[in-house]
This record gives sequence, structure tokens and C-alpha cells, in this order.
Amino acid sequence: METQLDALGLIDLTFLFIIAIFLGVELISKVPSILHTPLMSGSNAISGITVVGAILSTGLTPGSTFCTALGTLAVILAMINVVGGYVVTNRMLEMFKSKEQGQKK
Amino acid sequence: MNLTIITNIIYIIASILFIIGLKRMSSPKTARNANLLSAVGMLLAIVATLLTKGLEFEWIIIGLVIGSVIGIFMALKVAMTAMPQMVALLNGSGGLASLLVGWASYHFTPASSLLTTVSTYLAVLIGGVTFTGSVMAWAKLEEKITGRPIQFAGQKIANSLLLAVLVIGGIIFCMNPAGNYPLFLIIIVLSLVLGVMVVIPIGGADMPVVISLLNSYSGMAGAATGFVIINSMLIVAGSLVGASGIILTQIMCKAMNRSLKNVLFSGFGSVKKQSSSAVKGEIKALSPQDAYLVLEAARSVVFVPGYGLAVAQAQHVVKELAELLEKNGAEARFAIHPVAGRMPGHMNILLAEANVPYEQLLEMDNINPTMETVDVCMVIGANDVVNPASRHDKNSPIYGMPIINADKAKTVFVLKRSMATGFAGIENELFYYDNTRMIFGDAKSTLQALVTEFKSGH
Repeated sequence: METQLDALGLIDLTFLFIIAIFLGVELISKVPSILHTPLMSGSNAISGITVVGAILSTGLTPGSTFCTALGTLAVILAMINVVGGYVVTNRMLEMFKSKEQGQKK
Repeated sequence: MNLTIITNIIYIIASILFIIGLKRMSSPKTARNANLLSAVGMLLAIVATLLTKGLEFEWIIIGLVIGSVIGIFMALKVAMTAMPQMVALLNGSGGLASLLVGWASYHFTPASSLLTTVSTYLAVLIGGVTFTGSVMAWAKLEEKITGRPIQFAGQKIANSLLLAVLVIGGIIFCMNPAGNYPLFLIIIVLSLVLGVMVVIPIGGADMPVVISLLNSYSGMAGAATGFVIINSMLIVAGSLVGASGIILTQIMCKAMNRSLKNVLFSGFGSVKKQSSSAVKGEIKALSPQDAYLVLEAARSVVFVPGYGLAVAQAQHVVKELAELLEKNGAEARFAIHPVAGRMPGHMNILLAEANVPYEQLLEMDNINPTMETVDVCMVIGANDVVNPASRHDKNSPIYGMPIINADKAKTVFVLKRSMATGFAGIENELFYYDNTRMIFGDAKSTLQALVTEFKSGH
């Protein structure tokens, strides 16, 4: 939690940020509308990646009870986002799968 | 040092899994596997983070367990019809997490470099807006508050002021973070207020756009957190989500022929605009029994589902009716408008739940050219997406919006509770057309009645 962002670091990260946005746009444009809801809940789960930051805030802030409390709450919320997102997406996609099998019969 | 390298290598693997996961989302056949890959990526990311040196585990583990249990519980309990609300809540939860991480990071080291402070400010701002915005979207969808746009005099001025204070406050804060803790708290509160203010003027029917946009924000909040703690994987994952939200927002706006600005600020549907051409013709109601006779003779039937289908929970019975029609030798298909329902793909999910084969689900552009050959077009709980006024009435608020040309079918059945207008508050001239018959009542009971007729008729 002690590293600080300097100008060079910012340039590196911004570079990554921009490339990733373009990559995301390319990937997502290929998803058919039939899958938009699972796409949304699935990508939503990915946004729970904040859990990484939350873990570090909880565990790397020795001596500050307040930070640990904030961090723990953040871990809980981010995990709800992650686990809830993936499980519900899986539930939806399972429905598509079972239907495929149904048709083969 | 070694541990740091291992952690970062795992982060790279996790990022690749997220990317492949999104790539494989492009087909229903690979989508489930895609979701699992993405989940494995997340698991790796969490494990790698836990390898960080000097971590105190106690509270982390407690947090991970509590969050997972709540997440699993919510995900297994939610009904498919309530999916938009669920996604809104999950979004909000991620947004709040970003805000808290930003707060904790600032609280621990108030005197950070300017760039770190700016990132913290952005994580808190975007996270806060995402959180309360999502909660408001949830409340609208759950009908805890009215789905209609909430507007008041001076709303735009109030919002502009709020934004101005947030920007100026942000600049002052970033110049001297260590000495401005109270200002930081004010920024948190104002971000939360802003989230409420931006969502309340947006009507229920525009929720697909709002949910997509909030999805994008939650990704951006994650990316901002990545800048705060200098973590490349957070930035990659956050940007991917941000991009997905942007794309879906664009698709939704295009499907309504409106700009994002118009959706966000116009308070669409708050005022009942009077269409210039008075609606002519009369309403012709039909009983389910008579409707059965028409359906029985029909060779081609198209269903146009809307939000009303979700409200009536009629997805299973409509599938049953479609099956009976097919048995009767007719071709049954479903025409899905991009903004039907309350989130992108909402109708697809409901019909998938009812086991409707996805080959029967047609997008608007594919069904429209064949609409003239359709014997019966059955509109179930949809309204604005089949309003022909959008094609010719320049004064209609939905003029120019691409619609499903239900009116071109030989006969149109409209299943509706009453003559109330749709969410946009616009009179629908389709209901007065010569080839339209209204079947009043709860969509589910009407469809059930039709199914019963079919079963006894055979």
C-alpha cells in the first residue's frame, strides 16, 4: 500500500488501460444479442476484481483498525459481486446448454 | 522478491483467462465454458494476492467467506425475471467496494503523490456514483420507487452545481490531500448524492441503457482502483468490463434511435406528449376462445414479448402455446426487440429459462422482412417497440426508433392488461388498426386459456 504512482508509472498504466479498452470493444462486439444478459452479469463479476485491492487494504494496513474495517467491508462487497456474478451467469448459461441437449433427442 | 514475481505471473495468467473468457462468450456453445474460465481467472487472482508478503489474513478470510456466502445465496435465489435488479445490485456492490478501497488507501497514507491522489479521487467518485446509481436502478426495477422519471424544477441546475462542486473540490483535494480529510468525506457524500441524481430522472423503459452504463462505470471504478494500488491486472480487467458496458450502452441507444445524452437527461416519458395525428379507429376486443379459432387456422405465428411477459411470469406458458402451435403444423417464432425488457438480452434469458430453442428467437432485423407472410403476430406485454407511429409520425417521441413491424402481419393480437400506455406514455396506434384485436387480461391467464383451448380442441 506504500508504492506511489509517478509519471512514468502513469504512462505505463495508461498505455495498458487504452489497449485493454480497445481489446474489450473488439471482444464484446462479437457477442450476439442472445447472450447479452449473461455477458453483462459475467463481465460484472470480472469488475469484482477490486477484491484484489480490498484484500491489500485489509491485510497491508497494520495498526489501523479503521482501514482494516473498511478493507474487510470492501472484501465482502467485492466477493458478493464476484461470486454472485459468476454463479448467476452460470445459472443462465446452463439453461442454454440444457436446451441444446433437449434438441438432440 | 520471488514471491512478487510469482504473484505477477499469476496476474498475467488471470488476465489472459478473463480475455479468453470474454472471447468465448461469442457463442452459446462455448459461453458456459467461458464463464468458468473467467471464474478460474478470478480465483487465481485472489490466490496470487493472498501470496503477498506481510499480509494479515484473519479479516481477509472472514471477508472472503461472508461475501461468497451472500453472493451464492443471492445468485441461487434470484428469479430469472428479476435478473436486471440482480445485476444492478451486484454492480452497486462492486462500486461500493471500489469506493472503500480508495478510502482505506487514502486513510492509511493521506500524503500520497499527486497521481495516486487523483486516482483515489476517481475511484471514490466513480465507485460512489456506481453504488447509489445502481441502488436507485434496483429500486426502480423493484418498483420500490416509481419507474417514471422523477423531475423537479431546477434539477439540471442542481446537478450542474453538484458536478461543479465535485470537480472543484476534487482539484483542491488533490493539491493537498493530507490536509483535506473533511473535504474527502464531503466528496464521498456528494458522489453518493450524484449517483441518485443521475438515475432518478431516467424512466423505467430506459433501464437497459442505465444498467449497461452502470456496468461500464463499475469496470471503470475497478480500473481506477488499479491506478491507486498500481496493479496492471485490475486495470486490464476493469477496462474490459468498462468496454463491455460502453458497447452495450451503444447498442441499446441505437436500438432506440436516441443519443445517450437524450436518454440520460431528457426525462423521457415524464410528460405525455400529445401526438399530432389523433389516433383513429376503434378498439376491437377479442375473447381467448375466438382468438383460439384464429390461431388454430394460422400457419405462421410470431410472438413479440416485452417487459409485460416478465411481469406476468408468462414465459413457460407461452412456450407451451408455441409447442402446441407447432404440433398443429404452424411455424412459431419469437421476435426479440433489442430493448424489450429491462436489460440487454432480458427476453432471451426468460425464453431460454422456458426452454424455447434459440433457433426460434429472431432479432428484429431478421423478422421484419418476413412479417407480411405472418398470419398472427402476438404482442405480449410489449408496447412502444411495436408502435408504428415511430415510422411516420414525426411528432411522436419515439419517431425513428426501429420497431418490430407487428402491424404488417395479417392479424395482430395484443395481450394487455388495460388500455394504459407503455412506459414512454405514448398512445399506440397499433391498437386501433383494422387488423388488430385486443385480448385484455393478465397475459399469463390469457395464454393459459389459449393452451387449454388447444388441448381440448385436439
